[in-house]
Amino acid sequence: MQYIDNVIFLILLVAGFGLFTKSLLKIYRNIQLGREINRSDNKSERWETMARVAMGQSKMVKRPVAGILHLFVYVGFIIINIELVEIVVDGIFGTHRFLSSILGHSFYSFFTATLEVLALLVIIGVVVFFIRRNFYGVKRLTMKELFGWPKHDANWILIIEFALMIAFLKMNTADWVLQQRGLLPEHGSFPISSTLLGPIFSNFSDGFLFFTEKAAWWFHFVGILFFMNYLYYSKHLHIILAFPSTWYANLEKKGKFNNLESVTKEIKLMMDPNADPYAAPAEGAEADVPSKFGAEDIFDLNRVQLLNAYSCTECGRCTSVCPANITGKKLSPRLILMKTRDRLEEVGKNIDKNGKFVDDGKKLLNDYVTKEELWACTTCNACTEACPILLDPLSIIFEMRRFLVMEQSAAPQELNLMMTNVENNAAPWQYNQADRLNWAND
Amino acid sequence: MDFTIKTMAEYAAEGKAPEVLFWVGCAGSFDDRAKKITKAFCKILNKIGVEFGVLGQEESCTGDPAKRAGNEFVFQMMALTNIEVLNAYEVKKIVTACPHCFNTLKNEYPSLGGHFEVVHHTQFLKKLMEEGRLKIEGGAFKGKKITFHDPCYLGRANNEYEAPRILLEKLDAELVEMKRCKTNGLCCGAGGAQMFKEPEKGNKDINIERTEEALSFEPKVIATGCPFCNTMMTDGVKHFNKNEEVAVKDIVELLAEAEDL
Ligand code: SF4
Ligand code: SF4
Repeated sequence: MQYIDNVIFLILLVAGFGLFTKSLLKIYRNIQLGREINRSDNKSERWETMARVAMGQSKMVKRPVAGILHLFVYVGFIIINIELVEIVVDGIFGTHRFLSSILGHSFYSFFTATLEVLALLVIIGVVVFFIRRNFYGVKRLTMKELFGWPKHDANWILIIEFALMIAFLKMNTADWVLQQRGLLPEHGSFPISSTLLGPIFSNFSDGFLFFTEKAAWWFHFVGILFFMNYLYYSKHLHIILAFPSTWYANLEKKGKFNNLESVTKEIKLMMDPNADPYAAPAEGAEADVPSKFGAEDIFDLNRVQLLNAYSCTECGRCTSVCPANITGKKLSPRLILMKTRDRLEEVGKNIDKNGKFVDDGKKLLNDYVTKEELWACTTCNACTEACPILLDPLSIIFEMRRFLVMEQSAAPQELNLMMTNVENNAAPWQYNQADRLNWAND
Repeated sequence: MDFTIKTMAEYAAEGKAPEVLFWVGCAGSFDDRAKKITKAFCKILNKIGVEFGVLGQEESCTGDPAKRAGNEFVFQMMALTNIEVLNAYEVKKIVTACPHCFNTLKNEYPSLGGHFEVVHHTQFLKKLMEEGRLKIEGGAFKGKKITFHDPCYLGRANNEYEAPRILLEKLDAELVEMKRCKTNGLCCGAGGAQMFKEPEKGNKDINIERTEEALSFEPKVIATGCPFCNTMMTDGVKHFNKNEEVAVKDIVELLAEAEDL
């Protein structure tokens, strides 16, 4: 029976990682539902961008308070990962503080002390975040669009992280007291737990301390597995997907919107005086024409846009700078991404159930995103500038507008008038092209 | 105008090509307010002796508003026609006073076959100043409070924040920055084809929000670098009944006034 701990540990470990892998594969499958897009150019710039924005958090410091606190919590997340190495080895082989045997006494002390300080910073970070989010009223964090799951989700994550860090410190304190009593070999240095919890723990019995140490260790381990698997249901997927999202980010000038090649071909044909309008289309020509212009549903969006939808942190930095949103219009770039993700998840579940997508009579456009939202966008790029992980809600808005205009001719009347003018008079207003130079003689 | 504006066709007939093509744009050609910006810019060019041509009747809309509204067909129809004309005159360099034209010509025409060096008028004048061809003295604006509203399609869309400011600094005015400026600049509400339609329902119009911010500094002038921003801010200033005290002026208008042109 002496190996029972190790066996339970292994089972949990495999199950935890197995489930996590399954979620990741599902996300990958769902993202593949989108259109292909080539974003593999400029590799070195892409790696650099990812390192700077995702790892270096260069855009977070624009809001210093949130930026620094986020840095604490982010670094804390990395500790959890380093810790995990030790936990896994100890768990499988029944060792105690395995890393001390390879890091050497003084370096291991330095290592554990650093983790302790970082754990404290994480605790400070999550506590302040919790207060900010729930009691302090930062507008972008308390908007109506976050009511329900998004709000609970955010709080749950903070609570889990808090609990994990407390368990970590409890474990260390119990260990430290036992080391003081000569009941455990002396490994590591615990400046935070020995001062914060040490005085209390010194009153406890040996047995209780051993139990606490073990319990906290297990809690920490199961907690990490739980946290990992919880990610799939949470906006906190960004801790993983921020990396590919920044790698695949749009590197072009923000003002440059893509030109549809299929349209170019058609117009060139129209403008070519030698083209035979009745000629049968060349073999294979049909295949280049997309089935649709613009986007009506997630299938018409590209894979980077779908990846963006999964990566969105719902932080609302985009919405808080959106001129339409600021002036009370219905548009919220954050909500555009949240709705895209919701629809994508719905389609994913549909596929899980039926083996393939069975039409459910719904579309991203209209069932999730309304025209009113879409037409309020000034294409100002404030949202894309503000996003700390370079997401691009504007591109989704723009593709849906294309669908409305080119597939459904459903633009607001005034815009139809403008477009007709451009087409017929070569100006958005009803002036004669022949009068273009009149200003010179005024 | 007290000098003649020459078209590209006229230059071609003489077998010559001007230093630069001035792309006037729809607003600059037809809108009464924007025409003043067009003329101010021409006066400056004329004063320094920059040879420039315009397309005149051969110019059409770049297609920007159609594109932003989602109509790729109309956009590309305009773009391909314009590119044909520009290429026929072998145009190398284009300057424009409209950030929307600037952005479209610069970023969206190349993949359709239009490769030109495109600059915004503020960039063009900044360069001339650095070369010593353009001299600016404070004149009428010395010590006056000016605030500059960043056009989205010059700023965030193309990362140009400095050229307009460098020119404004030369006026020896007191330049005050709004809280939302440069990368954080707030849109005037006209972009993305919003200029041509009523805004969606909300509690305020965007240009009102923006003008409010600008007016909170009690400037003498709100400087703009885009004919659409100019209209939006002018309307905003009228909304607050401040049009007697506060002027909304394009940077080239300020420069022309400083030089008494
Ligand atoms: S680009 Fe559109 S969605 Fe983004 S901030 Fe501007 S108006 Fe809002
Ligand atoms: S799109 Fe970016 S800025 Fe907007 S909520 Fe998502 S993560 Fe935040």
